[in-house]
Amino acid sequence: MSEPYYKPEDLADFPNIGEHSPELAASFFDYYGKATGAGRLTEREKALIALTVATVRHCPYCIDAYTNKCLSLGVGSDEMMEAIHVGAAMVAGDTLAHATQIRKIVRKKEM
Amino acid sequence: MDPRQQLEMLEIPGRRESFVERLKAVEMFPLCATGVAILQLNITRRCNLTCRHCHVEASPDRLEMMSQEVLAECVRIAHISEIDTIDVTGGAPELHPQLPWLLRELAATGKRIIVRTNLAVLTEGVSQSFPQIYRELGVEIVGSLPDYTPERTDRQRGSGTFARCITAIGQLNKIGYGREGTGLVLNLMHNPSGAFLPGNQPSLEHEYKRRLREGFGVEFNGLFVLTNCPIGRYLDYLIGSDNLNDYMAVLASAFNPAAVSAVMCRNTLSVGWDGRLYDCDFNQMLGLKVNGGSPTHIREFDLKRLSRREIMVRNHCFACCAGAGSSCQGVLDT
Repeated sequence: MSEPYYKPEDLADFPNIGEHSPELAASFFDYYGKATGAGRLTEREKALIALTVATVRHCPYCIDAYTNKCLSLGVGSDEMMEAIHVGAAMVAGDTLAHATQIRKIVRKKEM
Repeated sequence: MDPRQQLEMLEIPGRRESFVERLKAVEMFPLCATGVAILQLNITRRCNLTCRHCHVEASPDRLEMMSQEVLAECVRIAHISEIDTIDVTGGAPELHPQLPWLLRELAATGKRIIVRTNLAVLTEGVSQSFPQIYRELGVEIVGSLPDYTPERTDRQRGSGTFARCITAIGQLNKIGYGREGTGLVLNLMHNPSGAFLPGNQPSLEHEYKRRLREGFGVEFNGLFVLTNCPIGRYLDYLIGSDNLNDYMAVLASAFNPAAVSAVMCRNTLSVGWDGRLYDCDFNQMLGLKVNGGSPTHIREFDLKRLSRREIMVRNHCFACCAGAGSSCQGVLDT
C-alpha cells in the first residue's frame, strides 16, 4: 500500500513552513497568533471557530490541532459537535443558496 | 509498574532528543538548584480516592505514613530561615493522624503553609474538622478539582467525587476561604482529563470561576494548571489507551527553555514519607533520590549542599517544561 499524503507527524513540521520563504512565514505567524489569540472574543470561542473552519475545510492537521486545543481549554465534546453543526448548516445553506443561480438560468432558458 | 520500567517506557518517539539532550542543546545541563525555598512534605500515600491520573498511585490500601520521628525532623528543618514555604501533600494529608500536630508546629514557624487536599476527603468522618483547623492556623489550601464539569471530574476521580468537592468548597467558602478580603486562600488545581496538554491558565480560570459560580454557587481565589506527568497511574492510562507515543511527542514538541529556568525543582526539596529527599514529588515516585553528592535523608539535611545540588532529570521532566511550564503553583513565570 502506498504511503498516505497526510501524515500526523507532519503537523509538528508546520512551524518550519517558512523554510523557503522566511519573511512571509514570519508575517503569517505573527498575523496567525494575533488573529487566534484572545481579544474581544475569548481564546475558547476562537478555538471553536477555528475547529469549525478546519472541519468544513477538511484540514486533518487543523482538526487534530484544534480538537486538542478545545480539549485543553475545557471545551466539551457536545460543544464541539454543536459548533460543527453550525458549520454543516452553513455548508448546506451555502449549497442551497447557490441553487438560486440554477433557478435563474433555468427561468431564462426554458420556454 | 516499577519505577525502572516506567522510565524505560518514556522513550521519545521519532528519534527525538531526550530531555538531557535538549538541556544540553540550550546549554542548561546540568540543571542545578538555586536554593531551598519550598519544603514539600509527602506525609502519606494513603488516600480516600483512587484517581486514574494519580502519579503517587495513592489509594485507601496504601500504608505509607511519615513517622513521628521524621515529622519532627521536618519541623526542625522548617525553621531554617531560607525556607519560606512548607507544602504538605500526599495521598490525602488529612488521613495522617498527626496532621493537626504537624500543622500547629509548622504554624509556629510563621512560614507560609500549604496543604494540598483532594477536597472530597473534607466531607468524610473526622476529616470534616480540618477546615476549621486550616482557618485557625492560616493554612493556604490547594484543592484538586480536575474539571468544572461533574462528568469529566468523575471520570478521572470516581463517581460522585465532583459533588463532594463542591460540598467541601461550599463549606470552605462559608468560613471565609476563597472569599475576597478574608486573606484565607483557596486555590484550585486543574489537570487535563485525558491525553492532552492543559490550556492557557487565565482562560481556564475564567471558565472555572464562571461555571462554578453560576452552576454551583461556590468561589475560589486562583486556578493552578498542571500538566499530567507521564508516570504512575497516568502512565498506565497512556499505555492502555495507546496514547503514550503521541503524548511524549507532544510534550517534547512543546519543550520551552524559558520554562526550564523557572522549573520548581530548582528551589524545592521534596521529602518522602520515610524521610528520603528528592528534587520533586515526581522523582520521589520514581525513586530518583537527590544527586549522589547531596544528603539523601532529612536527618542529614545540609542547606549549603542541597542548595547547589544537580537536579536528577529524565524524560518525564518534559511535562514541567512544556509550553508555559507546569508546577505545583500552576504555570511557570516565564
